Amino acid sequence: MSGLFAALSAGLAWIGAIIDPLCGPAGIFRWFGSGTLLACGDAGWGDEIAYGFLVTASLAVATLPVGLVIGFFVALAKQSEEKSLRLAGNIYTTIFRGLPELLTLFIVYYGLQILVQQFLATVGYEGAVEINAFVAGMIALGVVFSAYCSEVLLSAFKAIPHGQYEAGDALGLHRGKTMRLIILPQLIRIALPGLGNLWMALLKDTALVSVIGLPDILRQTGIAARVTKHAFEFFGIACVLFLVLAMISSVVFSALERSTKRAEAGR
Amino acid sequence: MSIAETMIPPQAPPPSPPKPYTFSRFFGSVALGIWLALGVGIFLTVVNGWDPEKFSRYGPSFLSGLGVTLTLVISSILMGAVLSLPVALGRMSKNRLWGWLAYAYVYFFRGTPLITQLFLIYYGLGSFRPQLETVGLWWFFRDAWNCALFTFTLNTAAYQAEILRGAIESVPRGQREGAAALGLPERVAFFKVILPQAMIVALRPYGNEIILMIKGSAIVAIVTVFDLMGETRRAFSRTFDYQMYIWAAILYLLMVELLRNIWGWLEARLTRHLKR
Repeated sequence: MSGLFAALSAGLAWIGAIIDPLCGPAGIFRWFGSGTLLACGDAGWGDEIAYGFLVTASLAVATLPVGLVIGFFVALAKQSEEKSLRLAGNIYTTIFRGLPELLTLFIVYYGLQILVQQFLATVGYEGAVEINAFVAGMIALGVVFSAYCSEVLLSAFKAIPHGQYEAGDALGLHRGKTMRLIILPQLIRIALPGLGNLWMALLKDTALVSVIGLPDILRQTGIAARVTKHAFEFFGIACVLFLVLAMISSVVFSALERSTKRAEAGR
Repeated sequence: MSIAETMIPPQAPPPSPPKPYTFSRFFGSVALGIWLALGVGIFLTVVNGWDPEKFSRYGPSFLSGLGVTLTLVISSILMGAVLSLPVALGRMSKNRLWGWLAYAYVYFFRGTPLITQLFLIYYGLGSFRPQLETVGLWWFFRDAWNCALFTFTLNTAAYQAEILRGAIESVPRGQREGAAALGLPERVAFFKVILPQAMIVALRPYGNEIILMIKGSAIVAIVTVFDLMGETRRAFSRTFDYQMYIWAAILYLLMVELLRNIWGWLEARLTRHLKR
């Protein structure tokens, strides 16, 4: 079994190396960066920065589903008829929209560390515990994202007329099916522009994770800047890479919006 | 045939049927219970870990950090507001060059993380030290506080320019035409007709921008400016007391909630003529 996983991960790594846009066979740094500070391999910083790019992108992509799912349930709680559920949802959004992302990150990172340590101490394990920075970043950013996401989804829920639910009842669909077949498709269409903005904010917030030591774009370029003393160039590259990510996502989101708009056409 | 001769006296409504115990009620109680337990837990850790000596040593530094944060946010918002005017005008101008320049400025500052911009200016400009010294600007960029203020001003100017542009363009064309039909000069029409309506639209986004700046200002702690977050990190690194982060969280939450409520009141007050 472990051999299968090793083979799978090796295969994935190989595919990743092939399609790597920065240091792959057709990568930008490979073609235009050789001989400069950005060369791939041991000669330059190209491959380190490419790795950081991968980490940033995968952190954002991994955080998105977490945030979306939590945000969806918090939005459901905030529009429920039950008072206590609404109150709990509102406390959640108030706290995580009001705290600075950096502080949330520190609270999650150190707080989890302390919690896990105490838990293991009661079990009988004494020793230093190190929380994975990727996981801590995923939790902190996911929580912040979900707080904003719940607001966007809540206003999208409010934009769906009540007749849609009644139509679901009239068709004899039960509640889960009404939600899945009738409400969700419309919800996605209405919420997509707001979610696009949140995705951009999430992409920018991933840069904060470099502070707790995850080797993302900013940390890798920061190390390169400190070693080579070419700070402006390297941080400029970091900015350009973030801009590239933003451009890619705006292209993707406009394509998504066009494809969800198809259902509306022909009226 | 009988005629009713007495009125039936008014009666109390029948008792409402008992509320069914639903799943959502169960989940609501559980969620509230979790929040309550968290709140009590935090309160107990604060009470148990209360150390007057720590409080007297780090309390004043927290307050000074709060002052630094507020100064940074207020001055960068004000300076950014001034700087956002030409950018917004450029975004709206018909001149291709100005429009393109303003668009590039806004796209850069809105498309990259604030922390990257801060590093670019604080560490990046350090490599241009000889040039800056000849121009005589090195004293300014040598200081982390100045760099933070400079970056934040540039960043918030980009956001505020977009807010301003969106608000001005949201005023219907008819308003401008109406002003022209009344024979108002362009300037008067802009300041007396367009801008007041645009400002009402812009009020809420401006509030959000200030809140974003308060939250974003925490990152200056990384470039050795001792704002609220910086003082917190310093106190934590000396005491390893997790409470420090809780105090900082409470202070940040207080700031943001206070501003949000003030802004809500302000909006209700300023739009009371629109209420029907």
